Amino acid sequence: MINILQLAHIYKSYGIGTGVETEVLHDINLTLARGSFHALTGPSGSGKSTLLNLIGLLESPTKGELIINGQNTNQLNDQELTQLRGQSLGFVFQFHHLLPAFNALENVMMPAFINNQYTQYQAVKRATDLLSAVGLADALHKKPAELSGGMQQRVAIARALMMSPPLVLADEPTGNLDTHSADEIFKLMRKINQEQDIAFLIVTHDPRLGERCDLTINLIDGYLR
Amino acid sequence: MNRFEWLLALRFLREGRMQSLLILAGVTGGVAVIIFLTQLINQLQGTIIDRVLSSQAHIVIRPAEEAPLRITPDQYLAAQVQPRGQRLRSIDQWESIAQLARQTPGVRAVSPVASGPAFARHNLASKSIALVGMIPDNYRQVVKMSNYMIKGNFDLSGDQTIIGKDLASDLGVTTGDRIQIITESGTQQTLTIVALFDLNNKDLNKRWVFTTLRMSQSLLNIPGGVSNIDLTVDDLFQAKRLAQRLSAQTGLLIESWMETNSGLLNALSNQTVTNNLIRIFIVIIVALGITSVLVVSVVQKQKEIGILRAMGAKRGQVMRIFLLQGALFGTLGSIIGASLSFALLTLFSTVYKASDGSALFAAQLDPKLVIMATTVAMVVGILSALVPARRAAHMDPVQAIRS
Ligand SMILES: Nc1ncnc2c1ncn2[C@@H]1O[C@H](COP(=O)(O)OP(=O)(O)OP(=O)(O)O)[C@@H](O)[C@H]1O
Ligand SMILES: [Mg+2]
Repeated sequence: MINILQLAHIYKSYGIGTGVETEVLHDINLTLARGSFHALTGPSGSGKSTLLNLIGLLESPTKGELIINGQNTNQLNDQELTQLRGQSLGFVFQFHHLLPAFNALENVMMPAFINNQYTQYQAVKRATDLLSAVGLADALHKKPAELSGGMQQRVAIARALMMSPPLVLADEPTGNLDTHSADEIFKLMRKINQEQDIAFLIVTHDPRLGERCDLTINLIDGYLR
Repeated sequence: MNRFEWLLALRFLREGRMQSLLILAGVTGGVAVIIFLTQLINQLQGTIIDRVLSSQAHIVIRPAEEAPLRITPDQYLAAQVQPRGQRLRSIDQWESIAQLARQTPGVRAVSPVASGPAFARHNLASKSIALVGMIPDNYRQVVKMSNYMIKGNFDLSGDQTIIGKDLASDLGVTTGDRIQIITESGTQQTLTIVALFDLNNKDLNKRWVFTTLRMSQSLLNIPGGVSNIDLTVDDLFQAKRLAQRLSAQTGLLIESWMETNSGLLNALSNQTVTNNLIRIFIVIIVALGITSVLVVSVVQKQKEIGILRAMGAKRGQVMRIFLLQGALFGTLGSIIGASLSFALLTLFSTVYKASDGSALFAAQLDPKLVIMATTVAMVVGILSALVPARRAAHMDPVQAIRS
């Protein structure tokens, strides 16, 4: 099985049954190979975040098939979807979304706690390695508020990799950063992609970054171009 | 439940320190008041019942046809003022009835008593008294006379007698002196005082004159008979039931302290009802407090919950974080509350004393009460957290992430 992700005839509508039903995504067909590095671009409101949330199993499509890591998600209940999400997907959001009450190390270890997979020792070791890999070996015990935007996003990337998911979804991970930091973050993701064979799907507004991806998928008004 | 739920529950509580402390204070206060009140009322009720029963048998068996006659000084007085013209009745076959009572489960002690009105005389002073003829070994098990002796021991034989300190001072006598007893029928006997008692009750101190069973039998002209049989039971509040059972078996008039003191008992049970109402209201208020604090906390943590869900946290895990918080509020609050109520009890027991200076109640915590309060508080904490926890578990993670 070479595909990590397969979308077939995906539709998404909001406000079903309210009389102001709007279809946001129309007949989306998309396949991502393992280890691929794709950009998802498109104007504001075109449905990029919606598509990413669908793939991230945070929302369900109105119609269509979504296959992640060989699993057809249509037949899964909430519990199983959550399980699949925890095991197979990593998230990086625009506003980094770290837990403010926990330090960098704890934030990165959080997925391990949730999935109750590693021992405390293993989790600390892995999280420390990941934070070192993103250049934050010195900031293990800093709270998010003590870190710069770029550093916070590095923590978020390390966290997304904690469970070694085959696919990382990033929604405008550099949207909130200055050009230099954005470049650094982008390079970091590319490096991880190449070294660890982890697939990335990155929503971005920045055409320069899009150019540096394997492929740029363009979404306009809910249609893939 | 694993480290994830504990970690999140504790960290969230620490983050909302002010809220956590406030609700913890609320639970603590509530539990402290409940334990304190319950302990106070239980002890005071115990003290009151103890005092009432100190000179009273739990159950008294009397002859069948006799109108209810209680051994209170007033009634001996009444009997004195309006003589019945009928001699004191004895219980038919009292030995076998005493035997039956002894064999009844729940009955601890049985004491046959021959008692009736008489006069005590010394020199020119003469007082109306109640003769109480009994067997000291048995009687001591019904009324703890040893606790009330101010001179000598509660033991006598032959023509010896034990009287109260007030009668002694009225007659101007003390131990070693002799007094003369005269009954209605004119029988006379001189008795030697061997001991004095003080029952903390002036009337009893003035009236009760103890003799051997045989002496009272002959003075009261009921040779071999007894006027009543006094019983003590193991469980105070089973007295009524036991009395009814014995009454059905023997056809005799059998009354328990619960009937003789029904007014007191009513007052006590009203007090218990009031206490229960207070407890219920406190539990409801504390539960609402926990719920509202957690509802606010869930709203505040909306974003974090969304992130956790995106990272694979199951609904059940999110729910348990908040249930755990509720349980923690309840448990911690009740542990601190129990300590606080102990402090309050200590304070009260030193400040408020009985008129004679003895402690009205002891600064004691009933471990059963504490364990029960803690368990209830924990369960109430979890139940109060149920609504907010469900809300947290069913929150839409996308909404938290998009905003
Ligand atoms: N919960 C919702 N209910 C109704 N409409 C929604 C909801 N979420 C998104 N939409 C609509 O769906 C459309 C696509 O939104 P989406 O956030 O996916 O766009 P986007 O491409 O990510 O835009 P941006 O670049 O600004 O982030 C928008 O018109 C938005 O208003
Ligand atoms: Mg978006």
